[in-house]
Amino acid sequence: MNESSENFDEMQAGDGTVRKAYEDYNTWYQAQDARFLKRKHKDAEHSFRRTGITFNVYGEDEAEERLIPFDMVPRIIDANEWRKVSRGIEQRVSALNAFMHDLYHRQEIVRAGRLPESILRNNDAWLPHMVGFTPPGGVYTHIVGIDLVRTGPDEFFVLEDNARTPSGVSYMLENRETMMQMFPELFMQVGIEEVSNYPRRLAKSLAACAPKMTEGRPTVAVLTPGIYNSAYFEHAFLADQMGAELVEGTDLRVVDGRVAMRTTHGYKPVDVIYRRVDDEYLDPLTFNPDSVLGVPGIMDVYRSGGITIANAPGTGVADDKAIYSFMPEIVEFYTGEKPLLPNVQTFRCSEEEDRKYVLDNLEELVVKEVHGSGGYGMLIGPAATRAEIEEFRKKLEAKPDGYIAQPTLSLSTCPIFTKKGLAPRHVDLRPFVLVSPDNIEITPGGLTRVALKKGSLVVNSSQGGGTKDTWVLKD
Amino acid sequence: MLGRTANGLFWMFRYLERAVNMARLLDAGLRIALTRDIVSAEDEWRSVIAAAGQREAFEQKHGTYTGMQAWNFILRDRDNPASIINMFEQTRTNARLARNAISSELWEAINDNWMQISAIMAKPVGQGSVNEAVTLIRSAGTLAHGAMLGTMLRDEGFHFARAGTYVERADSIARILDIKYYLLLPSLSYVGSSLDTGQWDQVLRSVSGDRAYRSLHAGQVDARGIVEFLVLDDRFPRSLAFCHSALRDELSALARLHGSEGESNALMRRADTRLSDLTIEDVFDQGLHEFLIEFAGTNAAIGQAIASDYRFLS
Repeated sequence: MNESSENFDEMQAGDGTVRKAYEDYNTWYQAQDARFLKRKHKDAEHSFRRTGITFNVYGEDEAEERLIPFDMVPRIIDANEWRKVSRGIEQRVSALNAFMHDLYHRQEIVRAGRLPESILRNNDAWLPHMVGFTPPGGVYTHIVGIDLVRTGPDEFFVLEDNARTPSGVSYMLENRETMMQMFPELFMQVGIEEVSNYPRRLAKSLAACAPKMTEGRPTVAVLTPGIYNSAYFEHAFLADQMGAELVEGTDLRVVDGRVAMRTTHGYKPVDVIYRRVDDEYLDPLTFNPDSVLGVPGIMDVYRSGGITIANAPGTGVADDKAIYSFMPEIVEFYTGEKPLLPNVQTFRCSEEEDRKYVLDNLEELVVKEVHGSGGYGMLIGPAATRAEIEEFRKKLEAKPDGYIAQPTLSLSTCPIFTKKGLAPRHVDLRPFVLVSPDNIEITPGGLTRVALKKGSLVVNSSQGGGTKDTWVLKD
Repeated sequence: MLGRTANGLFWMFRYLERAVNMARLLDAGLRIALTRDIVSAEDEWRSVIAAAGQREAFEQKHGTYTGMQAWNFILRDRDNPASIINMFEQTRTNARLARNAISSELWEAINDNWMQISAIMAKPVGQGSVNEAVTLIRSAGTLAHGAMLGTMLRDEGFHFARAGTYVERADSIARILDIKYYLLLPSLSYVGSSLDTGQWDQVLRSVSGDRAYRSLHAGQVDARGIVEFLVLDDRFPRSLAFCHSALRDELSALARLHGSEGESNALMRRADTRLSDLTIEDVFDQGLHEFLIEFAGTNAAIGQAIASDYRFLS
């Protein structure tokens, strides 16, 4: 590599030797002609544009479709590492699901004094409509994305839980497709775990959560806000791959106590809805009355057991960063085990001692909004100017319980392809997890996001981040 | 299939047909304008814009008719609701809407062409690139139809797409004929007499029918023969008779798949009977304009009946 990395690098050890997981790849890479690689680099972009894998950026011209940059150097994880990581994920996801059930029932965790009740009161995603109700099959979080970062050989941390509507899985799939088209010989030389069966597994997992009254094979539909939504491509892609219908709110209505979609033959009942519409837009009769994205009356059908909504309404509670800070306790409370995957150390600005520490050390910390996502509304102390820090200080002092802070992690790097050769850039990893009544399945790998700017720690696509194919090696 | 998806497929192919027909019309105009001096070229562009049904919109924007103005207006003017770029964008938007009812090859044919078309139309199209733009649009249409025929499942979605194509094609041919025949003639006394053959040549070219017509009529160009060819000759894929016969097949296929006939099939049957008994003498006895208005009205009613029979919107 032309630039050296001060952090843990996924490909290269500090002494410049190539790590074991990358040995085969490196052998192949060294044998490639530089011009060939440059041409492939260009081809990749064209191929993404052709297939239409685009996303729309909020706040920009609605019609504008952007491409998430793709980098063709894979992020490689060896089988052993992955086994450890996936055990930790499974434990965490199983705890999350149990936690959701408890929150909307007896709240044992609050009674036991392990989670302050105030955290729930301040949580916007909390839905009183879910209290006392158990979704079909007892599953709340059908699809989960756990964001991981790495700082050392054996040091993976959970940065964020996405239990509401994790996105990005279409990129995981298309990245692999593109890599296989560009470098077929690589896939013959290196044993890599498959990811392409994800849509099939998703369809199966959703069908397994169908309501009891379902007759025959469950009808599954993906509910999208429509073609101007930033993730429309993904919604259409997943529906297509699953052989499910892609529906909008206007296609659905409640007919004879079921949610039904308007087909060319008339209304036909839907059993499972994989919705990519937020809770508050789901049912104008129950939530936001102005919503045209949802289905009037769907919540009544849901509560009477007539439909499965994935993920269950109200699961956004877990995406809250104040809840995140309690995840170690939550995992232990429901699984009876110590968490296998640690949290990043987190300071709650709602607590006096933590707040004081945070305010004294803003220039060293990453401060995040409790309800924020997508990399918006955060302060990265070491990268911020004095003025930005002071401005943020005011916001934080005005509403301390709206923020948490974390030390700036030295995220691992992974090489990207540049015109001058390989160069290290920071990465994270979002594995995708499917939950059905008696099964938790984790797709090997997931989506690796990469900050394309040198030194940058922000990997979000809305902030100029890119993605990579992620390989888990076979044993 | 969802009613909304069926609507998307139907309109995707209507807009595609419209964009490509517009390109053909423009192509014919370019060809003829080349053979004229500046003054009559201006008349020629006036008649191209009129045949495109864009006269009013054009004259709101431009006081004179030059080739540059005319083709840029038809090709890429965003203020012109019927411009080719707007039509093609609508094609792609509907393709996105119906994304999981169409094959990847069809989607990529549309999307790839959209990228090329929007690139070439990003700035004013000059004399040097106007032919390229027109060719690109025509081949986009050919590629999309080819991808559809070669890769799409013959389910109801396929029939909605085909139905959209034929409804639109029939409408645009009726429109071109009517404008040419009724609006552009100096007076009614010209009807049926020997006419400005250049005008008729343009009509034939604008529906890609010049070669077929010549081979059938040994090069003789006369108004009556051309009208008969474009209205009644069901061997030519851009005649009214062909479009309605093909549309009838699509609607029958839909009725078979659904196990019942609807309003669209009833209307179609009536239109069919009317057209199959018709001779060219009947057409001229009724008056070509009156006939075409009636035809376009029936055609539009069939389109609406398809939408309500198959719950496109509600």
